[in-house]
Amino acid sequence: MKIVLDDLLLTKDMPTTAGSRMLAGYRSLFDAEVIARLQAAGHTVAGKAAVGEFGFDLLGETSADGALIANGALQNAAAKSVKARKADAAICMDVNGYPRRAAAQSGLISLKPTYGTVSRFGTIPVACSGETVSILAASVADCREVLRAVVGHDDKDGTSLPASDCDRVLQGADTVRKVAVLDVFGGDLSKAEQILTENGVDVCHVDGKIFAAARAAWNILMSAELCNNVSRYDGVKYGYRAQNFTGIDELYTNSRTEAFGDLLKTVILFGSETLSTDNYMKVYDKALRVRRVIKEAFEALFAEYDAVLLPAVSAMTYAPDTVDPFVENGYTAPASITGLPAVVAGGVQVIGNAFSENVLLHIAQLLS
Amino acid sequence: MQYETVIGLEVHVELATNSKIFCSCSAHSFGAEPNAHVCPACCGMPGMLPVVNKRVVDYGMKAGLMLNCDINRVTTFDKKSYYYPDLPAAYQTTQWFAPVAVNGLVEIETSKGKKQVRIKQIHMEEDAGKLVHDIREDTTHVDYNRTSVPLIEIVSQPDLSSAEEVEAYLERLKTLLRYAKVAECEMAHGTMRCDVNLSVRPAGSDVLGVRTEMKNMNSVEAIKRAIEYETARHIDAIENHTEVLVQETRRWDDIKGKSYAMRTKETAGDYRYFPDPNVMPVVIDDEWFDRIKASLPEFPEVKRARYMDEYGLTAYDAEQLTKSIALCECFEAAYSVCKNAKDAANWSISEVMSILNVRKMTYDQLNINGHALGELILLVSEGKVGRANGKKILAAMFEDTALQPLSFAEANHMIMSNDTGLIESVAKAVVEADPKAVSDYKSGKEKALMALFGKCMKELKGNCDPQTLREILVNIVNAQ
Repeated sequence: MKIVLDDLLLTKDMPTTAGSRMLAGYRSLFDAEVIARLQAAGHTVAGKAAVGEFGFDLLGETSADGALIANGALQNAAAKSVKARKADAAICMDVNGYPRRAAAQSGLISLKPTYGTVSRFGTIPVACSGETVSILAASVADCREVLRAVVGHDDKDGTSLPASDCDRVLQGADTVRKVAVLDVFGGDLSKAEQILTENGVDVCHVDGKIFAAARAAWNILMSAELCNNVSRYDGVKYGYRAQNFTGIDELYTNSRTEAFGDLLKTVILFGSETLSTDNYMKVYDKALRVRRVIKEAFEALFAEYDAVLLPAVSAMTYAPDTVDPFVENGYTAPASITGLPAVVAGGVQVIGNAFSENVLLHIAQLLS
Repeated sequence: MQYETVIGLEVHVELATNSKIFCSCSAHSFGAEPNAHVCPACCGMPGMLPVVNKRVVDYGMKAGLMLNCDINRVTTFDKKSYYYPDLPAAYQTTQWFAPVAVNGLVEIETSKGKKQVRIKQIHMEEDAGKLVHDIREDTTHVDYNRTSVPLIEIVSQPDLSSAEEVEAYLERLKTLLRYAKVAECEMAHGTMRCDVNLSVRPAGSDVLGVRTEMKNMNSVEAIKRAIEYETARHIDAIENHTEVLVQETRRWDDIKGKSYAMRTKETAGDYRYFPDPNVMPVVIDDEWFDRIKASLPEFPEVKRARYMDEYGLTAYDAEQLTKSIALCECFEAAYSVCKNAKDAANWSISEVMSILNVRKMTYDQLNINGHALGELILLVSEGKVGRANGKKILAAMFEDTALQPLSFAEANHMIMSNDTGLIESVAKAVVEADPKAVSDYKSGKEKALMALFGKCMKELKGNCDPQTLREILVNIVNAQ
């Protein structure tokens, strides 16, 4: 298969910019681990797709190269190349849900595997505690084939799970008896519910209010980690350096001021604030506790249900500058903050228990 | 009024692992070409993920156990953010929330007797790089060899009260960490560095005074001078109101003998600590803990007592030997071969020490083969090699650690001769060539005989029993 990589994956033979002016022309000294795994499975890298600056926006609209817009709606570069069959599938970094939103809006499949089952070695770090290498494909079969190539333990990634866990991703059962619909997120899921019911799946509605708290907590954790991860881009060692400065402090300030976009700067300021001595316990630590509570709530659900159904997006198109990514990510935050696997198919999102990728792909097959 | 000084120390010690804490680069940066031991990970390039070097955790635990600490069986790493060009990722990975070791106790001894110093915690972290300022070009270069070299920071409670105690404490840390072989602790190499927190209060008071911190002190003598200076400055400020003391970080200028307040910009800042999501908590299970515990060395005091009980050494000899684990190992290996503790101790202390002095080496740099020393001791005690030649062989052992004393002695004609005929002919020739010495001796000058004795020994290349030579020589001289 021909695979396109999003520009958060480091490549030796092509520049990697993370969509930022800061890394214009940056060449990595090494390839992302997934590239070696794709090649070992006989796939080829077809090229790279633009991302928004450090990949946490809606669909890539904050890219240093500008937003992709068609018919008054934001587009995503990776989804566009898969849709146009320039590539058979895309490997993306699901930092803050963009591949899932892109899949929902362009009728593709997006699978975000269980955290720790695909190596993050060689990916630009943004929100390390939740971001995952994910797959965007035109069919469930393609998605499964790419998954088979990239899943596996990697010693170079300290968060990589043992091989026995990674094996469960590929070998787990795919039986689906009961699915819960999370009412708290609203949206019209009736078509998906109908398909599942017709296929003998028991569909129940649960309130799931607690899962709405994932958004605020994830925004705190993501912003804090992002702030820390992008602090390495200081104009000293590589990347953009301001022309005018006197002294090291001005070199830092001017380089970052000139190279970073507005949304990124907002997140840096917010993230920095959440980690201050005054706020750590009040804000950051509380977000960590919310993460734990949400994980437990999912565990309780998965004791009874095989998967949960919820929307992936608030609308099937986004007009530029009308949707706030830090509100819209409420749909994707529950899977991001917990590291649980999620699939988007038929325009809706399904979250499964850890290592239940086969359940999710089975449901995706039904829905698409 | 009487005052007392209250001092707490933060001691950074570089761990002697082969590789860095989160990547496989060599950790031996001292003296290397700039930026020879670097990779994308320790240069802070994006995409590399930290993988904890287990050996660093081993050493952190060992250090904790040597200092009587409790070990946190789940220990975690956190990120500490600040901007400085020697910190390539703009954060340092350290331990803030759950350090590897806590609540320790170290006993020191000074002229005032014994004292317990409490250890608050020991945490593991990565070192930063080095900035090299080029004054001629007015530029600054960055050397990342030292970035991510593993460190432990040993934080004491404010239990120290004088320069003498601080010196004793640092000396004790060095001894214990060197015994455990986890660190070199050489201030001159930067493998041990010290921040001094100091305040002054009326003697007997239980309220702490205003605290100042002096960072990155790198010699014991400088630390002692800085403590004396700061103590006097604090007392002067309290008594004479010469200045208002504020809690601040100060820089010690050892050449001028003064401390200076650092710019607030250099000291201000919120480090924004948070758990590093890329480093999973390190879980120390029983098997791991027991293995490290079992690997701890005998403590210096225990060893000293054993040397006296088991080997019958004097308190002085036992004390001298146990100052350094390297010396202990040399002694024990030598003893295992020569089976004479007194000889092994004498050679290890006086002969080895005099060569170390000449070579300007510390005990811990001792690299000779203790078994070979034992063989050498046997050669000398059995009369096969003269003592003077024995010392020459020992010196040669410092050059060549694989040296075999017996074959070296044979190859260099250092084997003692029992051939009295040879000794007699040499003595005769020496005596006949120097009739003045003979007459001097006969007129009562004892020294003259010594001169003849020396000449004979030289002719015989030292390979002669001194007693035999003396007897033969006296007979020949008297017969003249």
